[in-house]
Amino acid sequence: MNAIRHHFSPLQRLLHWVMAVCILTMLFIGVGMVSTVMPKYVPLVSIHKTLGSVILVLALIRLVTRFYYGAPPLPADLPEPMKLAAELSHYALYALMIGMPLLGWAMLSASAYPVELYGGIYLPAILPQSDSLRTLLWNAHFYLAFAFFALILMHVAAALFHALVRHDGVFEAMAPVPIHDEATRAENRSELAARP
Amino acid sequence: MPEPRPSPARSVLGSLVLIGVVVAGSAAAFAYTAGWLSPERLTPWKMLEALAPPSGPALGHRRNHAKGICFTGVFESNGNGAAISRASVLAAGQHPALGRFNLGTPNPDAADASVRVRGLGLRIMPPNGQEWRMAMINAPVFAASTPEGFHELLVAAGSKDPNAIKVFAEAHPEFAPFGAWAKTAPWTGSYAEDRFNGLNSFIFTDSSGADHAVRWSLLPQAQVVPVTQDDLKKLDPDFLEQEITERVRSGPQRWTMTVTVANPGDPTADPTKAWPEDRRTIEIGTLVVSRIEAEADGPCREINFDPTVLPPGMRTSDDPFPAARSSVYAKSYDLRTAEAKDYPRTVTGPKP
Repeated sequence: MNAIRHHFSPLQRLLHWVMAVCILTMLFIGVGMVSTVMPKYVPLVSIHKTLGSVILVLALIRLVTRFYYGAPPLPADLPEPMKLAAELSHYALYALMIGMPLLGWAMLSASAYPVELYGGIYLPAILPQSDSLRTLLWNAHFYLAFAFFALILMHVAAALFHALVRHDGVFEAMAPVPIHDEATRAENRSELAARP
Repeated sequence: MPEPRPSPARSVLGSLVLIGVVVAGSAAAFAYTAGWLSPERLTPWKMLEALAPPSGPALGHRRNHAKGICFTGVFESNGNGAAISRASVLAAGQHPALGRFNLGTPNPDAADASVRVRGLGLRIMPPNGQEWRMAMINAPVFAASTPEGFHELLVAAGSKDPNAIKVFAEAHPEFAPFGAWAKTAPWTGSYAEDRFNGLNSFIFTDSSGADHAVRWSLLPQAQVVPVTQDDLKKLDPDFLEQEITERVRSGPQRWTMTVTVANPGDPTADPTKAWPEDRRTIEIGTLVVSRIEAEADGPCREINFDPTVLPPGMRTSDDPFPAARSSVYAKSYDLRTAEAKDYPRTVTGPKP
């Protein structure tokens, strides 16, 4: 095996892309449901709570895989500000992936709403009812959702920049399926490894 | 790592444009979903704006049904409801109940005799947490058949044009049964003598998986004494709250809860349309109100009587109102909890 990994593990990549779909769905449902009085409001809220719980579980698994497998290093020639931005944005993304569902759960608890998921599953309340706490949690959940979406847009822009402009292997490290560059490099590496 | 390949300037420009398009397109889709590009969308916010009196909403209070008083008691389920819903709350047993008698006005200081619509919010809490919330009114049918129609009615009611309601009623014949009730039905001098109706249709699912479209009501067990609005105007502006407090102090008050099952083809999506009188009606239990508490410090204050909070075995039907009410009540709850300081509690310090 190589000393330096060039790619996230297959499990990490699977989690990344599944969660990407879940989180984008979640953000769109969130802003959509609070702006409508149509019958779809009820299923949207139900999906939002259920999907939020799924995302919390996946995010915790992902955090464990990140500690276990780590991440491939960024290219050595990446300018320092970009490296810093990448690192900080990843901390923020993890904090939001885990924090947003917890904020939502806590907000429902502080509102004395039953936390009922799809399929008649009830989660316990994690806070007592409180007007001031719920207002704080509601504001956090609401404004952080927009911050989350903005961060995802930056993340997408950066990923595409690596893939289309820099061609530096950063995108390929998390690509959903092995793509051309990666296969070529893998061949190169096995050739290297095969040399005496 | 492979060396970054230098890209030709033209392809870099193309890539940057592509990235810009992806980001801008995503942001636009998000803005569209949030309703920012659709000013005509009926949002919960618009509904609340239409509900507010010209002087603005009463901060810290519910945006509608703003005047009310809390009660606690029990719901005694007799088990008859188990035939049409597998909800645990309908199996025979006693469950704690918490609720709120209220008036259909955005003004928490309205004189009781000035408000035609009276309401009852109820939360029944079986031990497994599968609670059932509802909010009912004393009218036998609702005033509008769609949330959009209700918004138009609110706008008409708030209009300076004295003919606005008449114009609305002409354009919306479905308003007539409610209008006739409001004009001609006798009043009562007590919440304990009022009948409260759920009006919206819901779906009950029984243990075999079969669905039943239903509406529910609370029928007073107290003797009903019809009075006129003029009689009530002579009483204290808060006579309803004073009366129910005294009456419950002297003994618990009871309502029989009934569920009416629709026949195939009955209008379930339109709460302005009553179902024929001969429909199967099941008495499912008794609401016993045993204690009254002022709202400011009472247990109903922080409860949102959201009619979509239903236990497994009950769900919303094709009636569009429960969803609309849930959405609008949630916005009202967001606002009033954030404004809690504008509606001070009378007891200071920690709760005993």
